[in-house]
Amino acid sequence: MISRTREMLIEKGLFLTAIFSIIIILLIVLFIFREAIPIFQEYGFIHFIFGWEWAPSDGEYGVFTMIVGSLCITFLSLAIAVPFSFLCAIFMAEIAPQFMRRILKPVIETLAAIPSVVYGFFGLIVLVPLVRTHIGGTGFGILTASLILAIMIMPTIISVSEDAIKSVPLEYKEASLALGATHWQTIRHVIVPAAIPGIITSIILAMGRAIGETLAVIMVAGNVAQIPSSILDPVRALTSNIALEMGYATGLHYSALFGTAVILFIVIMILLVIANYFHYKKKIVVGGGYL
Amino acid sequence: MHLEIKWKGGILLIFVIVLYLLFRPGVHYERIEIAGSTSVQPVAEKLAAEYMKKHPDVKINVQGGGSGMGIRTAQQGVVDIGTSSKSLKPEEKDGLKEYVIGKDGIVIAVNKENPIDDLTKEQLRDIFSGKIRNWKEVGGPDAEIHVIVREEGSGTRSSFQSLVMKDAKIRSDAIVQGSTESVKQSVKQDPYAIGFVSMSHMSDDVKALKIDGVQPSERTVADGSYPLVVPFIFLTKGEPTGVVKDFIKWVFSPEGQNIIRSERVVPAIANVSDDD
Repeated sequence: MISRTREMLIEKGLFLTAIFSIIIILLIVLFIFREAIPIFQEYGFIHFIFGWEWAPSDGEYGVFTMIVGSLCITFLSLAIAVPFSFLCAIFMAEIAPQFMRRILKPVIETLAAIPSVVYGFFGLIVLVPLVRTHIGGTGFGILTASLILAIMIMPTIISVSEDAIKSVPLEYKEASLALGATHWQTIRHVIVPAAIPGIITSIILAMGRAIGETLAVIMVAGNVAQIPSSILDPVRALTSNIALEMGYATGLHYSALFGTAVILFIVIMILLVIANYFHYKKKIVVGGGYL
Repeated sequence: MHLEIKWKGGILLIFVIVLYLLFRPGVHYERIEIAGSTSVQPVAEKLAAEYMKKHPDVKINVQGGGSGMGIRTAQQGVVDIGTSSKSLKPEEKDGLKEYVIGKDGIVIAVNKENPIDDLTKEQLRDIFSGKIRNWKEVGGPDAEIHVIVREEGSGTRSSFQSLVMKDAKIRSDAIVQGSTESVKQSVKQDPYAIGFVSMSHMSDDVKALKIDGVQPSERTVADGSYPLVVPFIFLTKGEPTGVVKDFIKWVFSPEGQNIIRSERVVPAIANVSDDD
């Protein structure tokens, strides 16, 4: 009898916590949208999104340059991080000997645990001067920010991809090897294709972190609200804009920062939808079980 | 069954802790909330710490947030004392009482390798507005000037704007850094960078320029010969009362002013509020 009630309690408890998290997210979204309404009404939604000028003291609130900035940083960091992490994940799951795996795993986990302010400070002290002296520009810019972000998102991609690769059923591998394929052929034609949905998930998670990262980006991206003409140009990310000016904002400016959050929200939604589309598309193509 | 007893014990313990946190028997504090300018924050924290040492029954909580927030929260009555590192515009003064607790200089900082020692205010304005873009135009090496500024709304930036730029705009492609410390770090590493930092945050990492031939120092700020001076202001909504009044009075005592001086801010000696 007691175990029956306990089971019911646990069940209800889990249900409540699940519902609770949904409610909290809805409340946050609701609050952000409510606070952003004045800027959309007074400045105009289209004007706000596609305006090129951000000058709160002159009443200009265009965030287009920051959308471009956020996307540039995010995609360049993914372009740097994905190939490395992908290969690293294959290596760790399939090739690395046991002792090496024992070293690699905690090292990568440590990378994920370092706070972003440390990465930012490292970027400011080490990477910015390096980029300035060896590549050019002021050192603050898309490239520097993307390099820092790439290091920050690599652990996510590596660990999630590694799990995906490891969870490919052993039978696939055995069947492939039994047919006479080499280890490398098996990895390339059987294991990786079967693990692709999981790898895409890891990239989605990494993209979320890259676009949402604030502190490290503020410190190295230069924060200039402009359309970049090269990867050495400084840009301002949507998140940086909010964090930089939150402390001072009043009235319409305050509302404009919540408007920035709404735009960020929309950008993330669009990217997630696109990424999820590929995720499910790949699942059907493989057809080899649900991973 | 054992488990359930443990659970009950745990729940009881949490309950007791929550109750204690809610009521805290026998402890009673007078509280002062201070918020605002990040430049004033270190001084305010030091003052608060010293004051709390002398008055154990007073708790002072100091937060940053920026001058704008200090003015706003003081007006709304959210905090007891708002702080600002810029002079208030007439429309911002509404119902606020100002106490200038000290004066700070804005130092124009360049890299130590930079051979330039001295700039005029006009040159400074041209550099920050983008009219002068190469160091050789002001007698330096042939290299592009990397201008580093603070974000819009920062007290130091708005003081710099009104003291140096007047109506000219800061060039829109200037690198923006979110704190005095990161401006300093950026200038420290880039031989062609120029930025502004508050004097109380100055250190040997970077070189302070003379402006119109005057070296920024406590003396030149105090006697008014250094042109870039900002006030450190405490703001209260209306006449302060009770413990807030006592605290402000103590800040203007020799003891309080000494602490201000130890934080490398020039003390204001006399109370120069508008009303009296």
